[in-house]
This record gives sequence, structure tokens and C-alpha cells, in this order.
Amino acid sequence: MLDSIIALYHFQFIQNALLSGMFIAVDAAVVGYFLIGGGYTFAGHALPNIGFAGAAGAVLFGVKPVYGLFAITILAGAAMSIGGRELRERDVSIGVVKSFAMGLGLMFLALYGGYAERVYSILFGTVLGISRNDVILTGLMCLASVCLVLFMFRPLLFVTFDPFVAEAKGVPVGLITLLFMVVVALTVSLAVQVVGALLVFAMLVGPGATATRLTHRPGRAILLAALLGVAYMFAGVTLAGLSGDWPVSFFIASISFLVYMPVRIFYRGKQMRRVASPGEIHGHMPQGLVNTRDKWKKTEVQC
Amino acid sequence: MRAEPDGMERLPVFLRNVRIGFGGRAIQDEMTFTIEDGEFIAVLGPNGAGKTTLLKLLLGLVQPETGEVRIFGRKPRRGNPEIGYAPQFRTLDTNFAVRARDLVGFGLDGHRWGPGFPSRKRRMLVDQVLEEVRASEYADVAVGELSGGEKQRLSLAQVLIANPGLVLLDEPLASLDIASAHEIISLVGRLCVSRKVAVMLVTHDINPLLQHVNRVLYLANGRCAIGSPETVITRETLSSLYNHPVDVVEAMGKKFVLGVET
Repeated sequence: MLDSIIALYHFQFIQNALLSGMFIAVDAAVVGYFLIGGGYTFAGHALPNIGFAGAAGAVLFGVKPVYGLFAITILAGAAMSIGGRELRERDVSIGVVKSFAMGLGLMFLALYGGYAERVYSILFGTVLGISRNDVILTGLMCLASVCLVLFMFRPLLFVTFDPFVAEAKGVPVGLITLLFMVVVALTVSLAVQVVGALLVFAMLVGPGATATRLTHRPGRAILLAALLGVAYMFAGVTLAGLSGDWPVSFFIASISFLVYMPVRIFYRGKQMRRVASPGEIHGHMPQGLVNTRDKWKKTEVQC
Repeated sequence: MRAEPDGMERLPVFLRNVRIGFGGRAIQDEMTFTIEDGEFIAVLGPNGAGKTTLLKLLLGLVQPETGEVRIFGRKPRRGNPEIGYAPQFRTLDTNFAVRARDLVGFGLDGHRWGPGFPSRKRRMLVDQVLEEVRASEYADVAVGELSGGEKQRLSLAQVLIANPGLVLLDEPLASLDIASAHEIISLVGRLCVSRKVAVMLVTHDINPLLQHVNRVLYLANGRCAIGSPETVITRETLSSLYNHPVDVVEAMGKKFVLGVET
């Protein structure tokens, strides 16, 4: 068993898949954390489907599908950031645009006539067919996305979790949202090539959703999400390689699901709540305040 | 730094003949009043009288149609570090991804670029302000797990950590039970004294605030009145403000305004 796994890692196409998959997993997990926090996950679901229309259109017009994918996804991401902040209204608009885009994609495919294998790979991913050059390109783009998120980390966190105060504080909410949605679109476009448009959600939201259940600290949650994403990718590629003909995307989506479900059931986010102190019930200063403070002094620095 | 610091204009809030409108309709006409350092002001009035719009005016999010507005001697501007603001509507209820101390930290450096590495000084500042509002106990609890009163304490801490001279609280008592409301009010009252910070607190019910506020700003019918609760919440003042007969009844040490929607 171990031997066959080690043998597997000697194949260049497996190495390429693992490398590019890991880059994308880290990027997607970082981006996914903020998508979940800001209630933008539906956008994360719609973007790859809209991107599919771009890819199908590109095939019809004889352009590389990847170009169509990137162009349309980024355009749609930017448009979503400008569209209303009202959550329900926004999701309805995104849904309408998404179904229009998928309809367009279907029409492009019908007009194209021939068997559009390249479009099929947009839908389900081709992680095992990535060249060394593409790995380097993917790595650079993921690095750029993560760096941009790090650069705007604090205002993005502020806008994500406390948008009204952020606006009053003079944070450029519109600009931050636009930049973030462009990063999301870029990440989605990269991830589509690995796991496919239909399964991007598993990488984008799966690890982050699990991580935010397990820890309340933003920094830790993002790190944990990235680790989970890399682990899913590693396990998915390895299992697919061992099984021979079962697709990578299937394994990644299944692992993401199988890890999330028990965490969702057993960690309801209410685990750490302490019981109200007697002082609080009587409405004056809690007696135990000084002790509580001393207790934290001994704990490590947590930020 | 402050432009033309001259007498009255240096006060936390200075308004002269200010008219604010919304879609062509005047919400407030001829607003003229000042607020001094350390004053605790309750802002009252029916829905749509312009309470929230007034706060937005001071925050620089709404422009006056006419008149002069000065915050510590300067024109209102977005992101003014001298103002702390806690809005009425927030998205904290279902928020399990950040802890109390993270939310408070936003008030300190959430507007700065870069990842912001943890430091001992930053942690100390957050701990201090959490202690000041007596929220130390749940510093590391996820925001979504806290009660309404606890969240209001965090809002205050988030505002105070930036050391503002003027604090605007939009309906902090809404959806709080009476005991929690009293705790928040006496906390705000103490902060006015200890920090010399001017507070404008928007509310629907003046009664829990009667013993604590210095003055009341009552907005209604496109006009406003400001003064002590005894002078503003009277039959005469409110009737002339609303331009129709209004009665004020006092019972069990509380004031009840009759004849209007509040």
C-alpha cells in the first residue's frame, strides 16, 4: 500500500496535480473564510457557473476556454461587489444572473455542435492534466491573491463582520469589496481548472466552514482552513491515483462533506459559553472579575 | 490642527441653522444647538423625525442642505477619529467567527491596511477597555453567543478604544430588558464623567434615562427642542413642537407623553 503511494508520487503528472492543488487549496481556504463571514457564499457558488458560460463561449469563438473563464468570472465578481449590499436582494440578483449565464453556456455548447471535451473539463476539472508551466503560473496567481488578502486583512475583516461601523469609520467599503470579489473570481477561475465549476464550492467553502466551527479566532480559523484544504487535496489526488479511474473531484468533494458533517453536528458554536456569574445576574460588577483577569494573565497571547 | 478654534465652535457639536432633507423633503429645519464636553444627551422623537439622519450628519455621511455644522471646530468628515459610533443595526447576531476581543479590536485598527500582527500593547489596550465596560469575562467568547446587553457593552468598548471625544449611540437600549438597559445607561453615565466624553444616545423611552442625562434633544415635526428633561418633556414644549395638543403625564416618577406616536 505504502509502496504504491510512494510510486504514485514519482509520476510527474501527480506531482503537478499535488502542487497546483495545494496552491489553490490555500488560496481558496483564505478567500472562503471571508466569503462565509460576509454571507457571500452564494456568490462563491454562482461565480464558477457564470465562468462556465464564459468558457463555453470561448470554445464557440475559437478562443482558449481558460481566457473566457477568467474574463467572465472576474467581470461577474466585480459586478457583484457593486450590486446591492442588501443580502436577500443580492442573492436573488445573483441567482437570476447565474441561471442566465448557464443558459447562455448551454446555448454556446449547442451552437458549437461538436463534442466539447474542453468544456466538460471546465465543469468537472482536469487536475491530472496540468503542465509544469501551468503549475508555476497557478502558484504565482495564488500567491498574488493571498498577498492581496493579507494586505487588506484588517479592513476586510472589519467590512466582513461589522460593515456599518466600518463605513462610519471611513473604511473604503466599496473598494475593499471590489478588490475582494476580484480575488474571489480569480481564485474561482483557478480552482475551476482543478476541481471543476460544479465542485468549486467544496474547496472554497468546505474547509472554511469546518474551521469556523472549530475555532472563533480569525487567524487560527484561516490557518486551519488552509491546512484542511491542503489535506483534502492531497488525500483526493492520492486516492484517485490509487483507485485508477475514480475522479479526483469526487474524492475532494466527498472528503470535504465527510469532515464537515460531524463537525457541523457536534460543534454548534455554543461549546465555550460560560455560565453567567452571580454578579451579572444581580446587575452589578461581578465579584469574580479580578480572578478572571489573573487567569488570563497566565494564558498565552491570543489575538 | 483644528480650524478656527473660536469659542463655541470648538465644542464637540455645534450646529447653526442646519437644514437636513431627504429626497427633497426637509427632515429638520433650522437646527441650532451645541453640546459640551462630558454632556450626556438623550435624543428623542418619533420615527422619521431625523434622529438617525442627525447622527449621519455628524458622521459626515449626510450633507446639510444649509447651515453650519462643526465637530470640535471642524467640518464633519467620514472616518473622523474624534467620533465613536455604534449603529442601530448590526450583523452580530449569528456571528460565531469572531470573538468579543476581535470586535473591539476593529475599533482600534480595523481601518488600517496590512495584516496587523498581535502585540502586547494592542492586547493591553483591548483588555483595558473591556475591563472599563466590565466585559472582561467574555473577552474570548464568540460574539454570536453573547446576550443583547453584553453586545452593547462590546459596542461601547469598540467605540471607546479609539478614544473619541464624542460618542453617538443609535438605539442601544432597543431590545434590551430593563435590567440590562439600566446597566448600559449607568455605564454610559459614568463614562461621560470619567472620560469627559460627550454622548448622544438615541432612544424611544426617556424614563430609564431621566436620572442620568444632562439634557434631552427632542426632534419632531421638522423641528427640535433641547434642554433639561423637566423643560423639554412638558405639555407646553411638546405641544408647540408637534403643533397640536400633547399632554405629559407623570406617574410613579415616570413621564408619559400622550397624544402622539413615539
